[in-house]
Amino acid sequence: MIGITHYLVVSAILFTLGVLGIFMNRKNLIVILMAIELILLSVNLNLVAFSQALGDLVGQVFAMFVLTVAAGEAAIGLAILVIYFRGRGTIAVDDVNRMKG
Amino acid sequence: MDYNAQLLMSLPELVLGAGGILLMLVAAWGGQASTRAVSLAAVAVLIGAGIALGGPASSGGEAFDGLYRADMFAAFAKALVYVAAGVSILIAPGFFQRTSGDDLRPEYPVLILFSAAGMGLMVSAGDLITLYVGLELQSLAAYVLASFMRRDARSAEAGLKYFVLGALASGILLYGISLVYGFSGTTLYAGIADAYAQGSSTGLLFGLVFVFAGLAFKISAVPFHMWTPDVYEGAPTPVTAFFASAPKVAAMAMAVRVAMEAMGPAVEQWRQIVVFAALASIILGSVAAIGQSNIKRLLAYSSIANVGFALIGLVAGSEAGVASVLFYMAVYIVMTLGSFLIVLQMRGADGQQVETIDSLAGMSRTRPGLALALAVFMFSLAGVPPFLGFFAKFAVFDAAVGAKLYLLAAVGIAASVIGAYYYLRVVKTMYFDEPAPAFEGRAGLVEGSLIFASAVVISFGMLLLPWLSGWTTAAAHSLF
Repeated sequence: MIGITHYLVVSAILFTLGVLGIFMNRKNLIVILMAIELILLSVNLNLVAFSQALGDLVGQVFAMFVLTVAAGEAAIGLAILVIYFRGRGTIAVDDVNRMKG
Repeated sequence: MDYNAQLLMSLPELVLGAGGILLMLVAAWGGQASTRAVSLAAVAVLIGAGIALGGPASSGGEAFDGLYRADMFAAFAKALVYVAAGVSILIAPGFFQRTSGDDLRPEYPVLILFSAAGMGLMVSAGDLITLYVGLELQSLAAYVLASFMRRDARSAEAGLKYFVLGALASGILLYGISLVYGFSGTTLYAGIADAYAQGSSTGLLFGLVFVFAGLAFKISAVPFHMWTPDVYEGAPTPVTAFFASAPKVAAMAMAVRVAMEAMGPAVEQWRQIVVFAALASIILGSVAAIGQSNIKRLLAYSSIANVGFALIGLVAGSEAGVASVLFYMAVYIVMTLGSFLIVLQMRGADGQQVETIDSLAGMSRTRPGLALALAVFMFSLAGVPPFLGFFAKFAVFDAAVGAKLYLLAAVGIAASVIGAYYYLRVVKTMYFDEPAPAFEGRAGLVEGSLIFASAVVISFGMLLLPWLSGWTTAAAHSLF
């Protein structure tokens, strides 16, 4: 029987992968966008699993909100990426260093 | 409750939202030529929302089954946000005209309006879903604003960094929210407080840590501050002035409400986190600012240190502590907006902005009025009496001592002395160094009078203290 714990473990693994994807990735900014998406999906998994376990609909409603906002976030992220690429001609993470720090 | 009455409580957000959508249509229809009209209309919408705060929006209580709170606390934070947003709109056209040669695009004031509406939702949220939606409305508009100068490589890079780290912060906050929801069974602040009052399970504790990490990102407290200097340096200066003021106040007010209303019973757990964030922010903000040569980066580190001071008031966890946080943020945005208004006046012979601190040298002889105003802001940020910044620092340390946090107050005061060094170095550069080439161009009427007004408020603000403390106390009282 698959219980709430299994879902929580999978979601924690996805979340960790997402965070690592942002910090360890030195190659490509698109991968960072994917990593952000992974984090949001792990949250959604959590919300839906909790919603089922608690017998409470709020979690599923929340998941809908997260999905919608994630779509808007991805659109804005890609738009910024496009103007960045126009200016610099590269989307490698190591090149994002015009300013120190 | 009557639905119309509930709508009336959220009138400020309705005004901002409807005004923003309407002006977006005007901007799409009128194009570049409509910038001036849209900017003025946007300021009028902000003033309208501010007037709406006087009604049920500041005294109505709960609306929409607890999803939304219309109390004095929210109204106070919203008033600060609207002032900062209005100033950021007013100072933008001149800057874009000078630096990029083309006029400001009319989307700028519209984005500020949407961001302000999001901030209003953040500070009024009585539920984690409202909080998240408001936060994202604010953040998404802010990502676009940071990269608003599309042809400028630094602006695009600032937008990119802000986006990636902001999205990560939202993700961390959301993960915490999902754990809090799962282990308390509700997203309403009141229900979450009940769950924490029954004893914190491991899941609730993890949720608390993630939520506070996400909040620390949004207020740029150490150890989640690393985006601040880069974004502040790269973003166009009016946008930086906006970032350093309005979202800071909103995120801080949101953090205070979450800490007090949702996680109040777990005060012993979050107090350790906030103490660490406060001290680390003050110390890092003060020490790292010393080596900076760019005035915008200097002000970024100064804002990190200031957030640390405001967090000391939150650590106290008392009504006086919350009042001191609000008071500190009110004074802080006046000082910050004033400083950025002066940064806007720093421009070389070609009309382009200069940002090095060295270019301020000898400004007391070339531009005495401007130098005096910047000196007032720097003394106030350093916490020198009789300027208003001193009273703000006094209020947070007083609250900390009142809550018997003597060590925290002592370390904070010691670190504020380190901070005074770099503020006073700016004053020394202006008054005692050999003059550098004078800045070109005079401040326009709007910018000049805004600088004058903020300098007067900071210099003679102690006369307003009885009213200010009355408002902040009333606002803090609505949380308890």
